[in-house]
Amino acid sequence: MIGMKRIGALAAIFAVTALATRYTASAEDATQVSIDNFSFTPATLTVKAGTKVTWTNRDDIPHTVVTADKKLKSTVLDTDDTFVAVFDQPGTYTYFCSIHPHMTGTVVVVP
Amino acid sequence: MTRDIDRRGLLKCMAWAGTGVLWTLSGGVPRSFALDGAMAKDARLAADTGFSFIQISDSHIGFDKAANTDVTATLRAGIEKIRGFGGSPAFMIHTGDISHLSKPSQFDTADQVIREAAIPHTYFVPGEHDVLVDDGEMYRERYGKGTKGAGWYSFDQGGVHFVGLVNVVNLRAGGLGFLGDEQLEWLEDDLEGKTASTPIVVFAHIPLWTVYPEWGWGTDDSARALSYLKRFGSVTVLNGHIHQVMQKVEGNIAFHTAMSTAFPQPKPGTAPSPGPMVVPADRLRTLLGVAQVRYVQGQGPLAVVDAPLVSAA
Repeated sequence: MIGMKRIGALAAIFAVTALATRYTASAEDATQVSIDNFSFTPATLTVKAGTKVTWTNRDDIPHTVVTADKKLKSTVLDTDDTFVAVFDQPGTYTYFCSIHPHMTGTVVVVP
Repeated sequence: MTRDIDRRGLLKCMAWAGTGVLWTLSGGVPRSFALDGAMAKDARLAADTGFSFIQISDSHIGFDKAANTDVTATLRAGIEKIRGFGGSPAFMIHTGDISHLSKPSQFDTADQVIREAAIPHTYFVPGEHDVLVDDGEMYRERYGKGTKGAGWYSFDQGGVHFVGLVNVVNLRAGGLGFLGDEQLEWLEDDLEGKTASTPIVVFAHIPLWTVYPEWGWGTDDSARALSYLKRFGSVTVLNGHIHQVMQKVEGNIAFHTAMSTAFPQPKPGTAPSPGPMVVPADRLRTLLGVAQVRYVQGQGPLAVVDAPLVSAA
């Protein structure tokens, strides 16, 4: 099980490195979104362009992070799996869990 | 979106969960009986001469968290329960979430345990947990032979027309379960030409009625599907997903959700969110179970008997 979770986490990071052109890993720029009780917390996150955002699934049920336009898609996140994305372009990104679509969140990226 | 059930009605439904209920429809009026009541015994005897099938749901093979660390054992207990029903069920319906994470090994284990029921055939529809990878391609390869689109189909048996629908793919941000235009058009065509006296059974994973939209327990475009079913005299809708028994009757359409064999979920609105509910070990098997559905030709109503793995004390 531990092995499986690691693979899940690695796959998530892998997907993001392909997706993110600029990767900023400094602690100041990192921001967390918790997936707990079938909701994203904070529901709306405002970050500067280039910030690394990490989602962590704290539920006993798998979830995903998918933008409404489906351009950004995480793998399936089992319990404690994480997904990392870097938002380079300013704008408002609404996203949802494609398994439980009533779960929605927003990332606002400012210059 | 409107809520189809008020709090009082909801509590009334929920009082039945896990207790083992037989319900029948007489002239559109549902009547329920405790499983150990005399009426249930009579109905059971009647069943021996009629046509019956089994519904199981939400086996979630691969789940191993605190709410149930051995979901294979509880699925197996459900299958043993089914073997004890008697009356030679014609087939079994699995209303989805066969696996927890769409892994081949999880499907393999489920298939192996389900075969132990020694029932000739099992019909499946996917739950959202069965289509987590490749947009459900693996699910369709394993369970969707001869089906249309994302895995929908129909068949006839014992004078009843059965329709399996898929409402767990192409879900949209902020929405609930979703059938989509292609499937709805297919359904309309499929039902065309059937006489209004044909009993219809529709089964899908997520409820086709609005149970509790705050938790995603409903299907966005189910009203259109139900509009095609209105002209039929006897329609039974069987769902899973919510891991507890609930029922509702709307006109000539009877809705019923099944227990899971894996883990219970809270009653709507009684917890911060849906999800696996941890209960004392001695209560777990009273909240998990399977269902037997019967149709006696000429009598119209289909009766659903929900059987918990272990009766509540």
